[in-house]
This record gives sequence, C-alpha cells and structure tokens, in this order.
Amino acid sequence: MTECGLLLNLELRSNPEMLCVVRSAVERLTEEMGFSERDCRSVTRAVDEALTNIMRHAYHGQPEQPIQVSCFRRQGQMESVRREGLEILLVDYGAAMDPSKLQGRSLDEVRPGGLGLHFIRASMDDFAYSREGNSNHLRLLKYLPSPGHGQGS
Amino acid sequence: MQISARRMEKITIFDVTGDIDLANSPEVRKALLRELRDIRTPRVVMNLRQVRYIDSSGVASLVEGLKASRDSGSRFILCGLSTSAREVLQLSRLIKIFEIYDSEEQALAS
Repeated sequence: MTECGLLLNLELRSNPEMLCVVRSAVERLTEEMGFSERDCRSVTRAVDEALTNIMRHAYHGQPEQPIQVSCFRRQGQMESVRREGLEILLVDYGAAMDPSKLQGRSLDEVRPGGLGLHFIRASMDDFAYSREGNSNHLRLLKYLPSPGHGQGS
Repeated sequence: MQISARRMEKITIFDVTGDIDLANSPEVRKALLRELRDIRTPRVVMNLRQVRYIDSSGVASLVEGLKASRDSGSRFILCGLSTSAREVLQLSRLIKIFEIYDSEEQALAS
C-alpha cells in the first residue's frame, strides 16, 4: 500500500450531532474521487458506523471527546491488479476495542444492536484496528473500480 | 430529524423526515414503543419516504418496534424506503423480516 497524500482531515468531538456533518463531507469526497453511487453510500455508511462505535463504546456516550478522521488517496493491489483507493483513518483516545468483537455478531437472530461492525465489514474492501499507546486506530479502505470494470449504482 | 404522527381509527402513520442516526434514533424508538407497546395501536405505518439515511441504531429502533408489535399482536409496516434504507435492511438480513410496501397507499390497503 503506497501513501499518495492527504485528501481531508477532520477533527471533531464525540457529539452525535456531528455525524451528519461528517457524512456530508465523506459523501462529497467519494463522489469527487469517482466512486459509484453505491460505493459512495457504502463508504459514508462505514465511516458513520465507525464514528458511532467510537462515541458509544470507546467514549461510552461521553460528549466533547476528540476524534480525528483523516482521508488519504492510496495505491495498492487487489487480486493482483494495481488499484487506487481511499483510506480513512479514525483515531480516538477512548477505551480499547475488544478484538474478539471485531467479527460482529451473527445475523441469524433478529434482535436490536450489534450491526455496526457488520455494516463496516460489508461496506469496505478492508479494515484494520490497532491500539497505539492510549489511542485507537481504525483504518478503512475502499478501492476505486479498476479501469474497464463497470459497476452498478 | 422530525417525526410526526397521523392518527386514524386503529391506524397510526408516522411521517419521518431527515436522517435517522445516533443523534435521534432514541426518539424514533420512544415513539414506536409508545404506540405499539403502550397504546397498542393495531396497525402502525412508518412512512420513510423522506428519510435518506438510516444507521445501525435506527435499524435497532425499528427492530424494537417490530418486536413490540409481535408482542402486542399488532402490525408494524414500513413504506417509502430510500435506496440507502433498503440497503441497510438487506445488509442486516432484515428486509424479509419487516412488512414493507413501496407506498403509503399500498401499506394502508394491505
């Protein structure tokens, strides 16, 4: 994975009212980068769910806590094909995530809750979590369609 | 997000406008549970025609409404889903669990 540069850097507080602001920014960024309508919605959903998880679980609903959202243009390989994509790094300083919960829950049972991680996994090409010092780092990656590949909207 | 109710005999229609996310999904949950669990309205229709986005907490509120409707023997119907709202119900494999119609007219005629 090659770093190609920062596209957008947002610093916000853990206030749920800010979620719609970040969604708007990410939606416009993905449109500008050339993602399909479906992929724009997917990336926006994944970032929104990641932020929701930070607010609810890392900061336990406590407002005014710092969160950073940084978006980078990346180059990498997917299925042996060189691809360009968008990497989004979310950093918070709350409680560490339990790695066993990264898989998300089974969808066989109809019950509220536990869907956020499933949405993130289903919406992105790759995601990775790490604890670095006192901060949580979540990296989300979505590739642009390779040239010559049509995609639905 | 704004939520308002139109009440008719044995039917309540909720009109929701705006995105449903962590900032306001408790409000949706509260309105649904009041109608389905406390008042026990026989049929509750949620018109989502003007809702562009629903997150996982919004889906959780709808699931709570569904469970309350099953407990009270009433019907909980969704209509007017946007592409994005339909996608999250598909992703969570709930699209076939909910009773869904394209329009409010179809929901009322059902």
